[in-house]
Amino acid sequence: MTAGAHDADARTPENGSAEGLDARLVVERGSFRLDVALSVAPGEVVALLGPNGAGKTTALRALAGLTPLTGGRLRLDGTALERTPPESRPVGVVFQDYLLFPHLTALDNVAFGPRCQGATRAEGRARAAEWLGRLGLAEHAGAKPRRLSGGQAQRVALARALATRPRLLLLDEPLAALDARTRLEVRAQLRRHLAEFEAVAVLVTHDPLDAMVLADRLVVVEDGRVVQEGTPSDIARHPRTDYIAQLVGLNLYRGEARGHTVRLGAGAGITTAEDLSGPVFVAFPPSAVTLHRDRPTGASARNLWRCEVAGLETHGDQIRADLGGELPLVADLTAVAAAELDLHPGATVWAAVKATQTHAYPV
Amino acid sequence: MTFPGDGSDAATGTLRRGPRRRRNRAGGGGGTARPGGRGVPLPLLVPALIGLAFLIVPLAALLVRAPWRSLPELLTSAEVWQALRLSLVCATAATAVSLVIGVPLAWLLARVEFPGRGLVRALVTLPLVLPPVVGGVALLMALGRNGIVGTWLDSWFGVTLPFTTAGVVVAEAFVAMPFLVISVEGTLRAADPRYEEAAATLGASRFTAFRRVTLPLIAPGVAAGAVLAWARALGEFGATITFAGNFPDRTQTMPLAVYLALQSDPEAAIALSLVLLAVSVAVLAGLRDRWMTAR
Amino acid sequence: MTTRTARSTRTPRRTPWAAGLGAALLALSACSPSGGPDGSGRSGGSSPDGVSGTVTVFAAASLKESFTALGEDFEKQHPGTEVTFSFGGSDSLAASITGGAPADVFASASPRTMKIVTDAADAAGTPATFVRNELEIATLPGNPEGISSLQDLTAPGLKVVLCDKEVPCGAAARKALDAGRVKLTPVSYEQDVKAAVTKVRLKEADAAVVYRTDVRAAGDKVEGVEFPEAADAVNDYPIVRLKDAPNAGAAEAFIALVRSAAGQEVLTRAGFLKP
Repeated sequence: MTAGAHDADARTPENGSAEGLDARLVVERGSFRLDVALSVAPGEVVALLGPNGAGKTTALRALAGLTPLTGGRLRLDGTALERTPPESRPVGVVFQDYLLFPHLTALDNVAFGPRCQGATRAEGRARAAEWLGRLGLAEHAGAKPRRLSGGQAQRVALARALATRPRLLLLDEPLAALDARTRLEVRAQLRRHLAEFEAVAVLVTHDPLDAMVLADRLVVVEDGRVVQEGTPSDIARHPRTDYIAQLVGLNLYRGEARGHTVRLGAGAGITTAEDLSGPVFVAFPPSAVTLHRDRPTGASARNLWRCEVAGLETHGDQIRADLGGELPLVADLTAVAAAELDLHPGATVWAAVKATQTHAYPV
Repeated sequence: MTFPGDGSDAATGTLRRGPRRRRNRAGGGGGTARPGGRGVPLPLLVPALIGLAFLIVPLAALLVRAPWRSLPELLTSAEVWQALRLSLVCATAATAVSLVIGVPLAWLLARVEFPGRGLVRALVTLPLVLPPVVGGVALLMALGRNGIVGTWLDSWFGVTLPFTTAGVVVAEAFVAMPFLVISVEGTLRAADPRYEEAAATLGASRFTAFRRVTLPLIAPGVAAGAVLAWARALGEFGATITFAGNFPDRTQTMPLAVYLALQSDPEAAIALSLVLLAVSVAVLAGLRDRWMTAR
Repeated sequence: MTTRTARSTRTPRRTPWAAGLGAALLALSACSPSGGPDGSGRSGGSSPDGVSGTVTVFAAASLKESFTALGEDFEKQHPGTEVTFSFGGSDSLAASITGGAPADVFASASPRTMKIVTDAADAAGTPATFVRNELEIATLPGNPEGISSLQDLTAPGLKVVLCDKEVPCGAAARKALDAGRVKLTPVSYEQDVKAAVTKVRLKEADAAVVYRTDVRAAGDKVEGVEFPEAADAVNDYPIVRLKDAPNAGAAEAFIALVRSAAGQEVLTRAGFLKP
């Protein structure tokens, strides 16, 4: 799959379209209810993004057939799969901690799927060797899982899932088990392998960076339901919930627009560049905020709030200030600026944001 | 741990060199507590030693009082070897039977949710607390010539189990299998069921997943359970004599021979016991090296 | 299975596993006779004849029903006494006694086992034969196989159990079979007479060669068949007071009761023959 080969419409097939995944996953368990609709075209990579406990993994297990659906539908390339047991679904899964069979070599782990599909021992091994070679693991074919590094194990798990030639590839937090350095490398490799994969790929993650790098489209799940979906850049620019705004590092507010002013509930208002009316979201990045010890004068079309420092943390080479007061927000500033302002928890500061740096869009 | 001061300076030197150098670099002085050299608390040590003595003294007494002089004569009789051979064959067969039906039963208990599972588990463990003699009577009621199942075995297949070698195997398996089931079920519960799920997503049926993934993963637990069951079967007396009776070379296993010898000739009984002891120690030690430590 | 007192003994409706409990008894009888030496000293109120306290009787398993009845009679005749029994295989009882188990009276099922005790100089005086027991063939109720002699037991397909040669009933059966020149291969040599009867009661075996008393005790669950060779294998039951008896007086009184006309009456009813 090459990014950009499909336009947005082709990527979301309508119900009844023969190709790809078309599902509405309903799983009820106690008071928790998952209700997620997913449509994914072949060659597309979709990431289910959401906080822990949102139901992402349940959705993935439902797709694999490991958790039964209590409602909804599941069609893959036009075939209904709701009642198909996991072993009969054309689905491959890369589990979060890989679950490589510890008693089998990397080669036999990968050959396991083909063998179950009826291949002879020799055929299975040949196919497994081919996949291991494709993923650059040829020299580790004879190794038991416990001798593999995290990155190698991840690739063996991917090879094992792909060796069954699935029409739907599921990846559960594919990078979560890796340390930071390996992660960077494996993420790039995984992106390449996913790009080559011609069928549907769905991955589950709580890491926005993984999601944005690996997926063509994000489906954000909170508390069992889809709260937003779209391309990574679309979601990064127009977050619709606090969770997404935090993920992508934006200050996000919801209010009522009248002209260039957006009123946020009780009192506080934001002046925006856009001229809108009705309910809107307003977002601006922490870097757009400037802080001042004393109330600045002059400068028009500026938003100005009196805030109190609630907390400070280093964020890369920046300092991120968590502010409370008239408008709760986060602001990024350099360490030098923070020192000059004598910022410390409890200190009072003025926060200013230019209207042109805010971004308002209808709800 | 103290090394006997036999003057093997070279060995002691190499043993000591590493840690000492490290200690010097760290700047620490002498008197560092050596790992493993800590004293064992008395409230644990005393009961532990009593426990050890409690288990070992009777066995030692058997050795002390053994009729060593007449031993060769006692042990060369055909009856002894018949009984020993029968014991080994039957205990092994009973273990095999337990494996074939006990491992799937353990899997069922560990992996499948069904109503009354707790009750079923309790029933499975019941033979553990049942006096074996009662077990033997229960088997007669079920599989005897007039038992509720045995009647059919007799009239349909002409098979009667009491007073046969097969009956010995049945009695031993009845008593020994719970050990295997409990052991395997425990191992299964400790094993990660998600490996079975992973196998399922790769196209393995539940049976294939069990055979190719679960079974190899729990092999050490199965082996340990099999050894326990074998040992229990080898020493089984009550259920065997009650269900299968006592006839040389057919149903008279070593424990039965020991018991009956004890009636008139305690020396012979001790001699027989020694043989049983030696054989089981040899087999268990052999298996331990081969299976139990191979993890 | 040491029955605490004669009074508390349940109706001896032998459950099938009573036989096997002999094994457990083996272990128990050696270490825990319920009336120990100190138990014998505790007397409620001494009876007019001076017999009081606990008297501990070790008796062959075949004596269980009749001795239990006699024990009750004894306690009635001598208020303030208590009779404690330990029933079991004569061999294991003899072994317990020579091993130091505190008992007052030993009633054995064979002179051979009694000899173990007298040889160890644990008996006070010479043992007296108080009853004799004879073998019978125990068959299923109604004798469906029509067994009328030892020779009939050799019919093909017939499942016969004997006692093991190490226990008295097995030795006696062998003697009888030898006397009749009958070559019999049983399906099993049972560890004691009760186990042999049990196999017939449960219909696992078609016949067993056991004591008359055991056939009698099994009620209508088995049927007895007499045979002439039994006369060659009559078993004498000797009884004796033990030298270290903690309660010698009561022991003598109990032996006297067993040998009295009333005692013989009870024993005969159970199937024993007079000496």
